[in-house]
Amino acid sequence: MNTNKVIQVEGLTKVFGDFTAVNAITFHVKKGEIFGFLGANGAGKTTAMKMLIGISNPTSGKANVAGYNVFTHAENIKKNIGYMSQKFALYDDLTVKENITFFGGIYGLSRKRIKEKSEVLIKELGLEKVENKLVGSLPLGWKQKLSFSVSLLHNPKIVFLDEPTGGVDPITRRQFWELIYKAANQGTTVFVTTHYMDEAEYCDRVSIMVNGRIEALDTPKKLKEQFKAENMNDVFLKLARE
Amino acid sequence: MKRFIGFIKKEFYHIFRDRRSLFILFGMPIAQILLFGFAITNEINNVNIAILDHSKDATTTEIINKIAASKYFSIKQMVTNEADIASVFQKGHVKAVLNFEKDFSKNLIKDHKATIQIITDATDPNTANTISNYVNAILQQYQKQLNKDITIAYQIVPETRMVYNPELKSVYMFVPGVMTIILMLVSAMMTSISITREKELGTMEILLVSPLKPIQVIVGKVFPYIFLSIINAVVIVVLSIFIFNMPVQGSLFLLALESVLFIITALALGILISTISATQQTAMMISLMGLMLPVILLSGFIFPISSMPLPLQMISNIIPAKWFIIIIKGIMLKGVGLQFIWKETLILLGMTVFFIGLSVKKYKIRLE
Amino acid sequence: MKTILYIIQKEFKQIFRNKGMLPIIFILPLLQLVILSNAATFEVKNIKFGYIDNDHTSTSRSLIEQFYASTYFNVSTDFPSKVLASEAMLNGEVDVILEIPQYFERDLQKEKYNNLGVTINAIDGAAAGVENVYVTQIVQRFNQHLKVDLLQVSDQQIQPISIETIPLFWYNETLNYKTFMVPGILVLLVTMITLFLSGMNIVREKEIGTLEQINVTPIKKSQFIIGKLFPFWVIGMGLLTVGLILAKVIFNVPMIGSLPLMYLYTSIYILVILGIGLFISNFTDTQQQAMFIAWFFTVIFILMSGLFTPIESMPKWAQIVTEFNPIKYFVEVMRMVMLKGSGFMDILPQLLKTILYAIIMNGLAVWSYKKTN
Repeated sequence: MNTNKVIQVEGLTKVFGDFTAVNAITFHVKKGEIFGFLGANGAGKTTAMKMLIGISNPTSGKANVAGYNVFTHAENIKKNIGYMSQKFALYDDLTVKENITFFGGIYGLSRKRIKEKSEVLIKELGLEKVENKLVGSLPLGWKQKLSFSVSLLHNPKIVFLDEPTGGVDPITRRQFWELIYKAANQGTTVFVTTHYMDEAEYCDRVSIMVNGRIEALDTPKKLKEQFKAENMNDVFLKLARE
Repeated sequence: MKRFIGFIKKEFYHIFRDRRSLFILFGMPIAQILLFGFAITNEINNVNIAILDHSKDATTTEIINKIAASKYFSIKQMVTNEADIASVFQKGHVKAVLNFEKDFSKNLIKDHKATIQIITDATDPNTANTISNYVNAILQQYQKQLNKDITIAYQIVPETRMVYNPELKSVYMFVPGVMTIILMLVSAMMTSISITREKELGTMEILLVSPLKPIQVIVGKVFPYIFLSIINAVVIVVLSIFIFNMPVQGSLFLLALESVLFIITALALGILISTISATQQTAMMISLMGLMLPVILLSGFIFPISSMPLPLQMISNIIPAKWFIIIIKGIMLKGVGLQFIWKETLILLGMTVFFIGLSVKKYKIRLE
Repeated sequence: MKTILYIIQKEFKQIFRNKGMLPIIFILPLLQLVILSNAATFEVKNIKFGYIDNDHTSTSRSLIEQFYASTYFNVSTDFPSKVLASEAMLNGEVDVILEIPQYFERDLQKEKYNNLGVTINAIDGAAAGVENVYVTQIVQRFNQHLKVDLLQVSDQQIQPISIETIPLFWYNETLNYKTFMVPGILVLLVTMITLFLSGMNIVREKEIGTLEQINVTPIKKSQFIIGKLFPFWVIGMGLLTVGLILAKVIFNVPMIGSLPLMYLYTSIYILVILGIGLFISNFTDTQQQAMFIAWFFTVIFILMSGLFTPIESMPKWAQIVTEFNPIKYFVEVMRMVMLKGSGFMDILPQLLKTILYAIIMNGLAVWSYKKTN
């Protein structure tokens, strides 16, 4: 297998009853790439992502993530990935520090390492003043940044982000993408779903899902050429209308 | 009004879509009524006992046979000496040991007197006492038979008439209790949870900014539970009439009205709980931990209130369930009309108004 | 192992941070233990008693005196008529009515035999039975008096045969009901708290969305579940300890048996309850559902546990059903060890069944918790 491809998917399918949520999708993601996973609501993005991170069993097809098969080695995959869900999923009733310690502990980091990491992380995000405040009392943007940093705590090979910037202001979004770039520069592969088409422009490559299928996959530049569109928004609208 | 009906419809959808809860909501009363009717009784029968017979003569054998024939006792084992009694009790297999003295028949003939020790495991005082009474009754019967030639002077015999429940069925006692506990907990718990749930999920705000008035929102949330509780009440009454032959001496209509009143009292309590709890978890724990035991223990459901210490008798007055149990027993078993239970009815009414008033007040404070 | 510690730490923090819940977990149960144990008694006393005296003679009055003298009866009034008396019974003002017929004294002297009318409200059948016994006892004692008072010359030639009974109430000589109920109610409170908390726990994380975050970590199922269970196990044991202290200090409940044995049994029993709680939690989608199911089983378990009503009196099939009721075993063991001093071998059957139950329930809990759907 090509070690450069950290995610390899072939004909991956998920069927719920008589509804096919994900219909035989095939693609790959290269190491260190920022891969945008686009689609309208209900197109099957989240379902596909859940199969890749090992919390949903695929109906059929093949998929390898970080060198492991999702059918047989889901638990090994989990050691090598980070995940940030659409729904904010840190504990509101724990402090910033306690959340970091907890998730660090679950990923099996040593006490010393957790301490170092959390200091660096809190400083980077500028959370020094609120490190002992309950997470529930922070503004959404801060929570999202914290949540992203926590998902990188154990230096995963790939990080999966499910609509990470939903509901935050443009400035925070910009800061958030800076964090993403930084992670990518350090060699982490980023797999991100989003609704914002301007964010799609920031990605190295983009796939667009419609009704459970991947209808387009390429760099933003080539997609715009292919669909003769001004920007990604037009590409998306053209695809969705068909 | 149209909006309001739409809202109520939404609430019904919520409830009917949740099959598991619905199953329990209706399975619960049926299971409990059947258990109480068929399985659970506070009578004492089939008690396992052991015999320690130092005489083994004709009289003791006769007495033992009489005891074995009674429906109250079954003789589980024979013990050979006093030292074994403790270990028999510690294993928990028998509740009493009858110890016949040595030379029982001989003493009876010579001294006209013989003794039996009734040794009971009094960890359960009620059972112990009852066993002792039953054994005494059997022995008295036997004595009478032995003494039948002697006439005893002056006899006043009480002629007892057991009214309202001549066969002393424990079902009659339990049905009103089960009905009360189910209506109380289902109504209070379900409403308090479903309202705090909307608070927790943030959907309450959406409802409150809608053109619906707050009172409509609350009524709309509560209405389906009134409906479900009424169905539950009907199921319980029907089961108790047709399966356990419980009478409804009084007016069915009055029974229905009083039940609706009690359901509303319980719902009002549920609303009050929801105003003081921030999370579903708190609401649940308050309605379960806070209501379950007091309703079972202080309402007169199983244990007679008049035997409790005075402070507890006073506390029992603030338990709505107590008053409703008096009302149901009155209507179903005694056949009384409103003139006999107007006091209890007024108390329930007062409690309802109080709960609603307090909720409205708490609610307003929060909005300001 | 280290991973488990992190989960335990987090759970404890969350429990102690929830200020609304703390009093419900720790104060409410103990308050109930102290207060409600006084309520649970089948003793029948303070019987509301009324009488109708149609005779108004010294005999009828001295019979009524006997009821005044008895500690069981609360004599309210004499009723001038039967109609008023039965109205009072309908009202719930009296439960026992004694009616002394006209010419009671005269007939008694003439015929040496007479009847009394006793009416008892029998809705509570068991209490009615006891009330009837009390009335009969008083009347019988009165009969003996009559023999002495009215019968100057003894006409007894033969001494009647009498079998004397000596009741011995072991383990609880004074027939103190609290000795019986306090351990039982303690069982109930420990069970309810641990069941409700564990039943809500995982489903709560499901509802908030944090469970998904946990599921994408490499944590092992068993690690997660042990970490989740342990804090509740500690709370259960803590409640037991405080409850036992209260039982001793406030109610002076005897503790004859071995406390380590009691703790050994409880430590396993709580695992059963936690297993049931987690199992429910895994099978439900909302806290509301979870609580509803937990409540349903608790009520049935409580009623079928022998805590309030004797199991022996149930029909055979129902007794078989109680074999599947963990609360029954805990109630039995608690009472056996504390009140009777039963030893390890005595409670071995219960212990083994509880261990088996714990293995099955926790097995099911681990099995039904799926990180991948």
